[in-house]
Amino acid sequence: MELDSLYQEVILDHYRSPHHKGLSAQKDIQVHHNNPSCGDEITLNLIMDGRFVKDISWDGVGCSISMASASVMSDLLIGKRYEEATKILGAFVELMQSKGQSQGDEVILEDGVAFAGVSKFPARIKCALLGWMAFKDATTQVIK
Amino acid sequence: MSLDFSRYKNDFPILNRKVRGGNTLIYLDSGATSQKPETVIEAEANFYRTKNAAVHRGAHLVAEEASEVYEGARENVARFIGAKSDEVIFTKSATESLNLIAYSLGNPESKFHLQPGDEIVVSEMEHHANLIPWQQLAKRVGAKLTWFKITDEGRLDLSDIDKLINKKTKIVAITHQSNVLGTIVPLAQITKAAHAVGAVVVLDACQSAPHFAVDVKKLEVDFLAFSGHKVLGPTGIGVLWGKAELLDHLEPSLFGGSMVDSVTMQGATWAKAPRKFEAGVPNMAQAVGLSAAIDYISKIGMDKVAQHEHDLTKQLISGLQNISGVQVIGPVDMKDRGGVVSFTVDGVHPHDVGQYLDQFGIAVRTGHHCAWPLMRRLNLVGTTRASFHLYNDENEVKVLLDTVSKIKDYFKVSK
Ligand SMILES: Cc1ncc(COP(=O)(O)O)c(C=O)c1O
Repeated sequence: MELDSLYQEVILDHYRSPHHKGLSAQKDIQVHHNNPSCGDEITLNLIMDGRFVKDISWDGVGCSISMASASVMSDLLIGKRYEEATKILGAFVELMQSKGQSQGDEVILEDGVAFAGVSKFPARIKCALLGWMAFKDATTQVIK
Repeated sequence: MSLDFSRYKNDFPILNRKVRGGNTLIYLDSGATSQKPETVIEAEANFYRTKNAAVHRGAHLVAEEASEVYEGARENVARFIGAKSDEVIFTKSATESLNLIAYSLGNPESKFHLQPGDEIVVSEMEHHANLIPWQQLAKRVGAKLTWFKITDEGRLDLSDIDKLINKKTKIVAITHQSNVLGTIVPLAQITKAAHAVGAVVVLDACQSAPHFAVDVKKLEVDFLAFSGHKVLGPTGIGVLWGKAELLDHLEPSLFGGSMVDSVTMQGATWAKAPRKFEAGVPNMAQAVGLSAAIDYISKIGMDKVAQHEHDLTKQLISGLQNISGVQVIGPVDMKDRGGVVSFTVDGVHPHDVGQYLDQFGIAVRTGHHCAWPLMRRLNLVGTTRASFHLYNDENEVKVLLDTVSKIKDYFKVSK
């Protein structure tokens, strides 16, 4: 059924056992984002090493899509150069805006392509972007 | 035995449409907005087709007819809630009604002008629309906002009513029925306590007036608000009712055309209520649509509507209680309880519950339901809420229950 394209196995796995969840003791910056229309919340700690994303950790409450997406986002972006991370973020945002027309580039997005189906459910796009937007906010505050 | 309401369903064109998965829509989100019968859609369209003109203005025939149907709608609403026609103010929504009354009560020239140190009482289960206007009023005038707590069962906790409603209390603003828990509040005790200290009672009737008979005289409240769109009427029309003697002493809070008695370059004086509260060309077609909705629902009878929804609610609650890992949030006892049922599914976020149900054509609401403080009190991120209106039936409840019982498997949540 159509729903299976939204709730891919990969997503449910990340939801049940999220990666990098639990806030680090140290951080360069902490941001808090929420989605007032549904109450989902995320707090994200970012540590940069020069222009490299050294660590991302997060905590939050929300639906499977928002929590799994934060998990996949941290997996993908930790260890990346800022420019590379921004490129991946751009690819994910583009996938979300594709209205079901794009499969996503697995080379760039890895597990992130599992979210392709979300783009067909307009109400859920914001869920999928919650963690990513928190990351974007955090990096733009640290990287001048 | 339950009442046969099946013949009414066909009056609502949208209920025939197909939604996701090729399913026929099962609409269980009437707490957010109700669907409209054909007669309402027609009445609104016909106003534009045959009577459209600015009411209370032009000297021409169409304007006269427009004024007549607009005022006719007011009389009809008045009859619906047991009020006098001049006590019914049309607004754009309950939200506007509540803001309007909060501004008017806070106007320094109103008889009820609040002073620093005065108190405004609300409850922990208010919709944001009956909370934030009072928070803001308190802030503007330096008054103090206090609130009734709720019990763990989801009833209003009246144990500290004597302390809460005291000599400093000027306004008690309370919901008639919670849009999350379905709880109907014990109003008589509240109005008695409020009036004993000279406070006014503002009732948010958004979830009551559309579902059971509401008579402002019997309720003994001072102001009452509801939205047309939840009572089978159009969007863009709301009602504020106030006791005539109170409205006389209240300043308006929206200013402009149609609400004046006389105007000079220096100032203005106001028309009598309700006109002084209806600045500008009002939502005429919507008022006429609301009137048609009231005709429609009154013909069926509010007591029958209430009974029908009561039966469905009972069926739903007992069904949910039999599904493991599902919790009903709110009273499970049917006494003083309306047709709004919130629940949670262990291990599955409400948003995912709602998405799963949507795949089977079932439309419910998920999230905090514009009652964020209540969610915090309940320690929940949100709930899934099914809410009824007269067009729902037993079979729909059955489909909902069957579908809910499969959710945990789909998301592979053990327990
Ligand atoms: C209890 C309650 N109060 C107030 C409102 C606000 O109504 P509206 O959004 O139509 O102004 C609603 C509806 O959402 C409600 O359920």
